[in-house]
Amino acid sequence: MSGWLIGHELIPTWNSERHWVPACAGTTRTASLRRRPESSVVAPEFERRGRAGVKTFFPGLSHSPRAAWIATFVLTAALVALPFALGLYGNAPVRALAFAALYVLLALGLNIVVGFAGLLDLGYVAFYAVGAYMYALLASPHLASNFQSVAQAFPDGLHGSFWLVVPLGAAIAAFFGVILGAPVLKLRGDYLAIVTLGFGEIIRIFLNNLNAPLNFTNGPQGITLIDPVKIGGVNLARTQEFFGLQLPSVYLYYYLFLVLTILSIAVCINLQNSRLGRAWMAIREDDIAAKAMGINVRNIKLLAFALGASFGGVAGAMFAAFQGFVSPESFSLTESIIVLAMIVLGGLGHIPGVVLGAVLLALFPEFLRHTVVPVQEQLFGRVIVDAEVLRMGLYGLAMIVIMLYRPKGLWPAPEHGVSPSEASPPGALRTP
Amino acid sequence: MTSMLQASGVNKRFGGLQALSEVGLTIERGQIYGLIGPNGAGKTTFFNVVTGLYTPDSGSFELDGKPYSPTEVHKVAEAGIARTFQNIRLFPDMTALENVMVGRHVRTSATAFGAIFRTAHARKEEAEIKKRALELLDYVGISKYANFQARMLAYGDQRRLEIARALATDPKLLALDEPAAGMNATEKVALRGLLVRIRNDGVTILLIEHDVKLVMGLCDRVTVLDYGKMIATGTPADVQRDPAVIEAYLGGSHTTDRQEAA
Repeated sequence: MSGWLIGHELIPTWNSERHWVPACAGTTRTASLRRRPESSVVAPEFERRGRAGVKTFFPGLSHSPRAAWIATFVLTAALVALPFALGLYGNAPVRALAFAALYVLLALGLNIVVGFAGLLDLGYVAFYAVGAYMYALLASPHLASNFQSVAQAFPDGLHGSFWLVVPLGAAIAAFFGVILGAPVLKLRGDYLAIVTLGFGEIIRIFLNNLNAPLNFTNGPQGITLIDPVKIGGVNLARTQEFFGLQLPSVYLYYYLFLVLTILSIAVCINLQNSRLGRAWMAIREDDIAAKAMGINVRNIKLLAFALGASFGGVAGAMFAAFQGFVSPESFSLTESIIVLAMIVLGGLGHIPGVVLGAVLLALFPEFLRHTVVPVQEQLFGRVIVDAEVLRMGLYGLAMIVIMLYRPKGLWPAPEHGVSPSEASPPGALRTP
Repeated sequence: MTSMLQASGVNKRFGGLQALSEVGLTIERGQIYGLIGPNGAGKTTFFNVVTGLYTPDSGSFELDGKPYSPTEVHKVAEAGIARTFQNIRLFPDMTALENVMVGRHVRTSATAFGAIFRTAHARKEEAEIKKRALELLDYVGISKYANFQARMLAYGDQRRLEIARALATDPKLLALDEPAAGMNATEKVALRGLLVRIRNDGVTILLIEHDVKLVMGLCDRVTVLDYGKMIATGTPADVQRDPAVIEAYLGGSHTTDRQEAA
């Protein structure tokens, strides 16, 4: 068996009914082939739930379900235990982890648009902002204190429930995704990037200025006193006790974000391995051929924008609840670029790579912030380079190194067809 | 019995160039129909009009007895015409199998909801898509490369893959734009065998080809275009003897070379 089959199920022959059903009336005959399949191909089996996830994250383990289960269990246990290990250094590292999970959410969403469908989006932060303001307005005293009618309708103030606001945030962000997507359907590459960048800025500027004549967003001051997440009576802003364990607020948020992240990964994997995921990849690779295959490119692109945006919306709502405060300055262009950098660094279109990239880039500045100054003080007795300066320098260096040595990212999608063990791939790199 | 594709009075003008003038042809069910002509004769233009890439200035079409107006490209496959491209257009980073699976898109219906929650319907459909795609790869003879990325395949196999992908849309009419371009003699013989088999299995084929030898041996009926006009239509043998065709291909003074041209 050649190397490229590793990770897929092997069956010696393929025995299913082998006939060719003509599209219109005609003879049906058994396909006799010039070449019989010598080696096997993926069995056309009914894929079980969960298997795709194992294939994506542990490609080497998909032949052994037990090993895959053990790996999944160990990974989950590690993620659950992580705050307790890091908690020894205070809450800051756990907080950083929670933010890393939020960035994974954002990166996964952007990956649908950029990685799967190949539409370069530089304004992704707009959807993050929409989700955040959505939550902020529906779960803070701001609207009630500025609008009489709202105050009358909700005498206790607006306190949107988690189960209402999160789906609503996703839906509104998806709607904005379509609003952005519709006018840019015919644009590609650089042009698309510029328009989406503009869109991101428009949203931010709107948030900055929608405080007069009617005060919707409270302008640059932002919205404060946002309700924390309450799930089933459990207030995530307070330390809670479970089975004798004291769990501070940041731990609870970390677990919430972790669950959301895992759900999102599952959603992304399912989407990628579906008819729609293939359609996205098809328009990314060649949209004229995709059209000729009957793919409605317009609808498929809009769907990518909408679904990608909905991830941003959820992340935004979570961000607002976690911080208790939102202001336009959290949603600058830099934020879009950082999320894009995450998916490019990790491996565009490859979910494990995207997760890795997001975690690395989200934790890296935190790591520097807590090490650069103390280390320098230890070594030189004074601070020579500021953490922020060093961060930008290292970003630049990382960019150059990645471009030179890993142009497809740290963990790109595996290549199929290059066979290291068997001598002859049929025509490697002979692209016409 | 109605014919598969009937085109009449098709005109297309690009600025000052009349690329197609009053082109009309009838492709009967189960035929391999050849469209030939010198460079710039309007073959590909006609092809692009039929497959919706260009809108004709005038003209009408009937596909399988129903009026057919190719306006939106993605509806063409739905109506039952699948095409390949002169310069192969595969999805290079997707595997051969995935390429063919994309072809099933138009005949399947799973929604985003079905995909995300992997509903029973979506999973069943997905399994069917995969099974059918594997059958088709097998049918064109490249199933052993199912998990190779399309760009890793040899040139001839890429052509086959493109045909398999087109067949995945369950076409009534398979439109092939110069499928033999760049192939060597052995590959051409194999291609010819494949096309005959596809035809025998009930798919009508419209073929644009430069290789006169291939067209003459393969097609049931041939139309010759020159400067956007139809100069001859008939069986390959008839067309080969047509003085207008010989003139178009070789110029008036080269009539002695006609056998060679054939």
